[in-house]
Amino acid sequence: MPNNHMQEEIRAVLKTVDDPELPNVSVADLGMVHEVTVVGGDVFITMVPTFAGCPALDFIQKNVKTAVEEVDWVKGCEVQFSFEEKWSTDAITDEGKSQLKKHGIAPPPENYRPGEEWTVDCPYCGSDYTSMENVFGPTACRSILYCTSCRNPFEAMKPVVDYVIN
Amino acid sequence: MTEVLTAEEAKKDAAYLTALKELIYQLADDDFLISFRGSEWLGLAPHIEEDVAFSSITQNTMGHAFMFYQLLEDLGEGEIDMLAHERHPSVRRNGIYLEKKNGEGNYLEEPYYDWALTVVRNFLYETFKKVKLEAITKSSYKPLANIAGKVLMEQPYHLAHWKIWMKQLLNSTEEARERIEARLNEAWEEFGDVLEYGTQATEIEHFGLIIGEDELKERWINEVSKTIENLPSTPIGKKYGSGREGEHTEDLDQALNTLSEVYMSDKEAIW
Repeated sequence: MPNNHMQEEIRAVLKTVDDPELPNVSVADLGMVHEVTVVGGDVFITMVPTFAGCPALDFIQKNVKTAVEEVDWVKGCEVQFSFEEKWSTDAITDEGKSQLKKHGIAPPPENYRPGEEWTVDCPYCGSDYTSMENVFGPTACRSILYCTSCRNPFEAMKPVVDYVIN
Repeated sequence: MTEVLTAEEAKKDAAYLTALKELIYQLADDDFLISFRGSEWLGLAPHIEEDVAFSSITQNTMGHAFMFYQLLEDLGEGEIDMLAHERHPSVRRNGIYLEKKNGEGNYLEEPYYDWALTVVRNFLYETFKKVKLEAITKSSYKPLANIAGKVLMEQPYHLAHWKIWMKQLLNSTEEARERIEARLNEAWEEFGDVLEYGTQATEIEHFGLIIGEDELKERWINEVSKTIENLPSTPIGKKYGSGREGEHTEDLDQALNTLSEVYMSDKEAIW
């Protein structure tokens, strides 16, 4: 099998490994996969951590390794997190955004400026008549909001983007 | 200053390595201790939303400490868990003000913690962390500069949180303002060593790891004064000595004993 096919196969597998705290949202769609290298039967994956304090990182590392090693031609898989590349919420794919919404989690706003207040539409009814209840939510990457239109509380992925020093 | 791209490269220059490790220990231990004091508030914060927010900030800050300890592990200092749990208080490098107890009593019995201390301490610390990490994004040690950039993507949320508390309490009742001001005056007597780099200060600056102490201090005061109009007029003191040089109080012993109790009961356990 040509190397690029092998890589594609691995990338397809990564689309099936979900974030442990966001069921049905894969680590690939969250934009956490930086590089996939295949050497013979060995697979090396470089991933980009989302939030530094995220306790799920260890589980993700393990789940990715297990899933990739189930592919029949793979002898071994090594998963590393790298801080050279910075994850930002812009890396989430459209598929990822649509899956997040299904779980009542609004995707992050697109034009966020660090330190400024932000708002998102309700993932249930689409209304922009929403208010921020708590910037900090059940996990480091989520905030808690409320929709005044359909009267549902909901969560949103907290926007993080590259930091520019003024 | 030429860039140093990897731990292996840093290890080749003994003087550079010593200065570099010194700076990273300070970053790691600062975040570690302030996170511990934050974790002691779990379930005790003024209201439920604050409990969620503060514990989220604390967990994330502990994640930052973890990344700094990881850099030290890469530099051959030993495993992360050991660095966090087993080092003797005399080699800890956190600023003394950060180990200070949250108030009277303890977590399990009668925790008479003081919210004014917590607001003032976290506001001053997060402001300090912002200016220090901004300077470190230009550090000659690239792996450290990368981590600083990563932390700075998340940390504005932390700083914004404590700024809100600070502003609201200063503009609230007379009692609130007096309590905050009393804790600010206290901080002014104790915060001095947080702003310093200890015995390796000259080398740390010389190797281009970060800007000099005086400039850092100036940037910090400038940033703090954007939120607090009337800063204490007294010079910033080091009432209990310098944590950067391994001087500490009994409060650090209490913190480390509590923090490491489970770890010490079985060092080999896998969690």
